[in-house]
Amino acid sequence: MFATKKNLSYLPLFIIFCSGLLFGLGLAVSQMAKPEIVQSFLLFEDLGLLFVMGVAVLIVLPFYTLYPKISRRSFFGSPLEKYPSLPFRKTVIGAIIFGLGWGIAAVCPGAALASLGIGNYQIIFALIGMFLGSYCVALLQQ
Amino acid sequence: MFSDVSFVALSSFFPLGISQYILGGIFIGLAVVLGFLFTGKLLGHSSVFSSTWSYISSLRYFHQAHYRKARQWRLLFALGTVLGALIFTVFTGDWFVSSFSWWQLLVGGFLVGFGARYSRGCTSGHGICGMSSLSGMSTTAVIIFMIVAVSTAQLIQFLGAL
Repeated sequence: MFATKKNLSYLPLFIIFCSGLLFGLGLAVSQMAKPEIVQSFLLFEDLGLLFVMGVAVLIVLPFYTLYPKISRRSFFGSPLEKYPSLPFRKTVIGAIIFGLGWGIAAVCPGAALASLGIGNYQIIFALIGMFLGSYCVALLQQ
Repeated sequence: MFSDVSFVALSSFFPLGISQYILGGIFIGLAVVLGFLFTGKLLGHSSVFSSTWSYISSLRYFHQAHYRKARQWRLLFALGTVLGALIFTVFTGDWFVSSFSWWQLLVGGFLVGFGARYSRGCTSGHGICGMSSLSGMSTTAVIIFMIVAVSTAQLIQFLGAL
């Protein structure tokens, strides 16, 4: 994975777990873990989601664009990933279907996970739906 | 006079204020930066819904290297996301149960899962990691899913169907 197969290092896994903790904290603090708040964005009643996404992008952007100019490897020595780019058609079709689902249930994958953390046990149905939807993509592209 | 009007206009779009949104955005941004600097990984959430299948399904799709090799850290990242929100809520006591119906969540979740995996990205993948990489394709995806989601939600409200 990060190191060679036999020499599995747990430190990168720990860091990623901490990233998850911070991400979940951010989704809870920003209220995005509540589908009702995301819905109020989609209905233009509260545009807060734009701030959450905008601030996050403003923080990440300089690191994504400048750090690769300083080094080709992460602090732990693994190569830096680049965001994969799919053909235009697949991106558009997928984004339309994603938008339909987001409009219906006001949940996206990260927020659904965080929603479980704030006690919203109902969100388990959305998570089951996401696993099933991913499975259908696999069947389709097999 | 003008500033009064614009203040009222602005606050009507942010009835709950904006500090929690900015603070939350900072945490999310730092989470992605932390993962990137130390491990080089781009932390989107939706892949976990594919990579985790590789533990129980023998479909060849799930055993592509980019899913199978990542299944362990993706699951840990997802677990961290749940626990991060849980820890915060233990301190604030702000437990929450949504009033959405189960089938609305199931159908919406299904479409979200399908669409995210078909276009290889979700709100955190395309929205934060992709746009921060200045990826044209991710930015296209975000613009499209925003427009579709807003239209869908407004249409549902208009019809009073849900």
